[in-house]
Amino acid sequence: MARVSGFSGSVAVQTEREKNTLKAKRKFRLQQLTERFSALFLAFTLLAIWQIAVPLSGLSEFILPTPLAIANRIANELPLLASHGYITLFEVLAGFGMGVAIGIPLSLLIFYSRAFEKAVYPLLVALQTIPKVALAPILVLYLGYGWAPKITLAFLIALFPIVISTVVGLQSLDKNLVNLVRSMGANEMQTFFKVRLPAALPNIFGGFKVAISLSVIGAVIGEYVAAERGLGYLQLQANSLFDTTLNFASVVAISALGVSLYFILDFIESKVAYKRDSAK
Amino acid sequence: MSAVSPTIGAEVDIAQLTKVYHTRESEDVLALDAIDLKIERGSFVAVVGPSGCGKSTLLSLLAGLTPISDGQITIDSERVIKPHSKIGVVFQSDLLLYWRTVVENILLPIEIKGLDVKKYTAKAEELLNQVGLAGFGKKYPSELSGGMRQRVAICRALIQEPGLLLMDEPFGALDALTREQMIMDLQTMWARLGNTVLFITHGIDEAVFLADRVIVMSPRPGRIDLDLKIDMPRPRQWSRVHEDPTFHGYVRQIREIFEAKGILVAH
Repeated sequence: MARVSGFSGSVAVQTEREKNTLKAKRKFRLQQLTERFSALFLAFTLLAIWQIAVPLSGLSEFILPTPLAIANRIANELPLLASHGYITLFEVLAGFGMGVAIGIPLSLLIFYSRAFEKAVYPLLVALQTIPKVALAPILVLYLGYGWAPKITLAFLIALFPIVISTVVGLQSLDKNLVNLVRSMGANEMQTFFKVRLPAALPNIFGGFKVAISLSVIGAVIGEYVAAERGLGYLQLQANSLFDTTLNFASVVAISALGVSLYFILDFIESKVAYKRDSAK
Repeated sequence: MSAVSPTIGAEVDIAQLTKVYHTRESEDVLALDAIDLKIERGSFVAVVGPSGCGKSTLLSLLAGLTPISDGQITIDSERVIKPHSKIGVVFQSDLLLYWRTVVENILLPIEIKGLDVKKYTAKAEELLNQVGLAGFGKKYPSELSGGMRQRVAICRALIQEPGLLLMDEPFGALDALTREQMIMDLQTMWARLGNTVLFITHGIDEAVFLADRVIVMSPRPGRIDLDLKIDMPRPRQWSRVHEDPTFHGYVRQIREIFEAKGILVAH
C-alpha cells in the first residue's frame, strides 16, 4: 500500500514494489563489491592461515617465518632492499630496453620480408627453447661478473615475446583497412604509422608485459649465478646465512618489482593505446 | 546551417577495360572483359551482378587500387593509374579506425594528403549534420551503431568533395530497416551534392530506386549484359515505388537477365 506524505520535502513515496527493487539493487551491489575484493579476501585468508599455523606447528623462524615477521623485516630493511632493488631494476630495464630496441626492428623486418621471416623465425624459436638458466653460467664465463650477463639474460628472455606479439599484431590487421588508406593515396610509411602500428598496439603491449615480467626472472637468474649486488644476490646471501625471513623478504621485493613494472606498462598503454571495448 | 557547396560531378570514361588475374596455378582468370562505359557528370549509376562478376574488381580499378591489364579509365580526362584525389570510396564495412574519434576518422584523408586539418574540421562537422549525426564528432566508433558508422564512412568519403563517389555494397552489412533508411537518405544527400556516383549492389530494388542507369553484369568473365536507363521522376519515394508499375517493369527486366543466365532460378 502506498503511503504518501502530503508535505513538500524529503519523504519519498514507497510502494511495496519499490521496496523490493531497492532490496534487489542492494543485494546486487553487495555482490559486486564481494566479487571485486574476492581476490583480496582470499589472499588475506590464506595469509591468516599461514600466520596461525606456524606457531601452532612449532616451526622455528629459520624454517618458515610468519607473514607478519616477513612484513616486519621488510619494513625494517627498506633501505637495504631498495638499494639492491635499484640494481636489479637497472638490469631489468636495460635488458627489456634492449629487447624493445632490437625486437621491434626485427619484427618489422620479419613482417615486411618473407625471406627474412623464413630465415630468422626458426632461429628465434630455437633460442627460445634453450633454458635461460642453462645459458647463465656460459654468459658469465664470457661476459664476466658485472652488469653484462644479467642484462644479456634479461634481454634474451624478453626478445621472443616482444617479437612474436609484434609480428602477430602486424599480421592480424584487416587487409581492407590497408585498401582504405591506399584509396586515400597513402604511401607505406603513412599506412604504417596511421593504421598498422595503432592497430597492433594491443598485441605489442601484451608482448611487452610478458617480456618485462620475464626480464625480472632473467636478471635474478643472472644474479644467482654471479653477482655482488641485486635482489637475487641478496636472496642467496640470506639463504646461506639461514636468514629465511630475509630470504622471503627478497622474494617479496622481487615480486613487487615485477608487479610494479607490469602496472607501469599497463598505465602507459592506457595513455597511448585506445582500449577497444572488450566483449563483456 | 550553411549549405554545402555543390560538388560538380566528374565525367568518367571507361574504355576497353580489362583485368586479368594471374594465379599461381598458371591459369589466368579473366575478371573483366573489355568493358566500355561512359558515365555522365552528376549521374547515379548502379552496377548489379552476381558474385564473381567483377563488380568489385571494377571498383578496385576505378579507385586506382589495382593495376589495369588493358584499356583505360579517365576521370575528367585524367587517366586513373593510382588512387585519385577526385575519387571517394565507401566500402561494405565502415572500416573506421576504432582508436580515433568520429571527426578524426572523417579527417583521415585530409591528414594523409597533408592538407590543413583545421580548415576541414568545420566541413567535417557540417557533413555530420547532413547525415543526422550532429554532435557525435567526439564519440568513438564503438559507441555508434552499424548504420551510424557507415554514415561516418560516407562523410569521410565526401570530405574532399570528390567528383566521383564509389560505393561497394555500402548497405550490405546493415539490417533491413537501417538499409531502407540509408537508401532514402542517400538519395536526398546525392540530390544536394550532385557528384557522380557508381553504386555497386546485389539488390535489384535498391539499384533501380537510386539510379539513373543500371548496369547489369554477367558472371565471369565480367561483361555488361544490360545498360538500363531508369526513367522515373525524382525525388522517388521508397514507400510509393513498390506500387509503381514502371518500377516493377525495370526490376523485371533485370531479373529476366539473371534468370536467363541461371543466376536466379525460378521455382
